Amino acid sequence: MHLILFLVFAGFCLGGAINLLIQSHPINSALSLIVVMVSLAVLYLLLGAEFLAAAQVIVYAGAIMVLFTFVVMLLNAGREARTLGSRAARSIGFPAVVAILAVIATVILHAQGLGVARLSDGITSTEELSTVLFTKLLLPFEVTSVLILIAILGAVALARHDDTDPRANEERTGK
Amino acid sequence: MSSFLSQEVPLSWYLLLSAALFSLGVVGFLIKRNLITVFMSIELMLNGVNLSFVTFAHQWHAVKGQIFVFFVMMVAAAEAAVGLAIIIAVFRARATLAVDRIDLMKL
Repeated sequence: MHLILFLVFAGFCLGGAINLLIQSHPINSALSLIVVMVSLAVLYLLLGAEFLAAAQVIVYAGAIMVLFTFVVMLLNAGREARTLGSRAARSIGFPAVVAILAVIATVILHAQGLGVARLSDGITSTEELSTVLFTKLLLPFEVTSVLILIAILGAVALARHDDTDPRANEERTGK
Repeated sequence: MSSFLSQEVPLSWYLLLSAALFSLGVVGFLIKRNLITVFMSIELMLNGVNLSFVTFAHQWHAVKGQIFVFFVMMVAAAEAAVGLAIIIAVFRARATLAVDRIDLMKL
């Protein structure tokens, strides 16, 4: 059962990632990325991370991807122009990617002591995770909330209309 | 039925999937020409790394690996909010999303 679930959702994952690269319209790429993220949530569940599976669906597939599709539609992004990329990307980038993948795969395949995952392994409960998060790692957690606050302020400051922009002022006084 | 349920998957397969996702993200970063899609490739790379964190957390029965993934998610959410705001600002100034035509720091 574990094997079948892994193969099916790993296939969805890779298929979605490849589709993200093939599609030329950003909205199709965004939908492929949602497929990848939901499949990853299932894989997290197979590895016993129940809280992360839920957070993956809510935060990534929910919040972040909604933001992406919203921006794609807001900016009315059309098909991207097909180019072959820069010469640097072609001549250095792709051989480097292949080399990195080969090195990582070699290391993983030769690693000793890597275990196996079974459905009967049991899951890390949310209670167990939150006990560590809210006792030993409380300070990093609080710092994260400050980071989120700064990100909200930064996003608002960056995305709002400039006050010196005459069109924006016209809109405001028109109302 | 019991033999069917006891099938097991080597953790190296999960790690290989994670490496493949990361590499596909790098390839997307290099070949895509739309600013938003380039940004999506970065999210793909983050997800690939998250999978390997969860795999190692399972291997060593360590909760902190999963908590690190939680922090990565929070940082990714902040990054997405700020990044997409920057994309909106760039689009307002340049009226294009093609990375080939966004080659000046000044808006």
